[in-house]
Amino acid sequence: MSFRFTQTSIVTESARRELQDLGAGGYVSFEGWVRDQNEGQEVTRLEYEAFQELAVKEGDRIVAEALRRFPVKHALCIHRVGSLDLGDMAVWVGVSSAHRGEAFDACRYIIDEVKHRLPIWKKEHYRSGNSGWVNCERCAVEPQHSHAEHRRAANP
Amino acid sequence: MSLEPIYGLILAGGASKRMQRDKAALIIQGKTQLDRAFELLSRHVSRVFVSVRADQTSDPARAHLPMIVDSVEGTGPIVGIRSALAAHPGVAWLVLACDLPFLSDTAIQELLRRRDPSALATAYNSAHDGLPEPLCAVWEASAAGLLVAYQAAGGHCPRKFLIRHGAQLIDLPDPRALDNVNTPEEYSQAVAALDTLPPMQLRIQYYALMREQAGRSEETLETLAATPADLYTELAARYGFTLSREQLKVAVNSEFSDWSRKLAANDAVVFIPPVAGG
Repeated sequence: MSFRFTQTSIVTESARRELQDLGAGGYVSFEGWVRDQNEGQEVTRLEYEAFQELAVKEGDRIVAEALRRFPVKHALCIHRVGSLDLGDMAVWVGVSSAHRGEAFDACRYIIDEVKHRLPIWKKEHYRSGNSGWVNCERCAVEPQHSHAEHRRAANP
Repeated sequence: MSLEPIYGLILAGGASKRMQRDKAALIIQGKTQLDRAFELLSRHVSRVFVSVRADQTSDPARAHLPMIVDSVEGTGPIVGIRSALAAHPGVAWLVLACDLPFLSDTAIQELLRRRDPSALATAYNSAHDGLPEPLCAVWEASAAGLLVAYQAAGGHCPRKFLIRHGAQLIDLPDPRALDNVNTPEEYSQAVAALDTLPPMQLRIQYYALMREQAGRSEETLETLAATPADLYTELAARYGFTLSREQLKVAVNSEFSDWSRKLAANDAVVFIPPVAGG
């Protein structure tokens, strides 16, 4: 199991132990935290929601890809869902490896792919009282428009 | 640009000579063809009317629906189209024959999306002969005057009218979509074909923005949608989803899928809006 969800705080100490290996000379981790602002809006809290059945499969595939591409020992990713407060950890990635270079590379690969590929959604609640699904609300205003632009660009 | 509003018009005044029965009242999948066409158009335009002759207004297959009674002289579908254009000046009409049992929400949506309001009409090319199909087409208000002149000169065929005066012509998303039912043989073939394709039970789960817009996190429904693309069109019309299909991915049975995959009974479908993990 190389990718999983948690409804509660991510416990890095126990997660880190899952990566221990006497052949590993080190370990790299990434923690994603809830920030107090996004695109000029003051954020007060977040909700994460996931299509877990598919996300776990795809998350496992991402970690397996990282293990194939980079000669690392072990890798694990944990994503939190539910309601999170400012400063809470939303995602954790850990990689152990004989040498640090590939551990950094594999860790970076996993977090980048997780952000782009997993069916996980984030609703931000703002100081103003508004809220919005990140990447879904603004682009929904003129979807036809932007696609027409792309087509024009592709077929001048 | 502000477009003229589009209303729906279902042509159901024909004599059904070859069928020797009223085509509007033929039952397909438990409903009359007329009711099926009315429900289909109602999912895409704000008002839908049935075009009828004066002697059909109390006909039981028609009387429960909003009607536009023929108000001009002549024969053929042009009479119905002209009557609608006259009844609501400034409105464009999505005109539909009542006997197109294979027509899907996707085909209607595509027609509306490709509509060119500067043309007299926007119509599909026939999958059989490549000529315009006038009875699944958007007729603009600007066609009214030319239709009067065309009829006055003895014309009565809406297809020849579109060929002569020009229309925005588009290709069908599904070559079978406009197959119609003119004879008892074609009727039994359509019933058989659609019965092998009965309404299928699917399970849909909604997440995030789509869950909020659908007002539910899951549902089981019966649908004729053959693909995730058809299903999205149907559900977007029902729930008013703000995201266009191009912005989404789709999963079937918890794996990413093509939009054109053939759905099977009891498939679990999830539409995936733009993600934001991490």
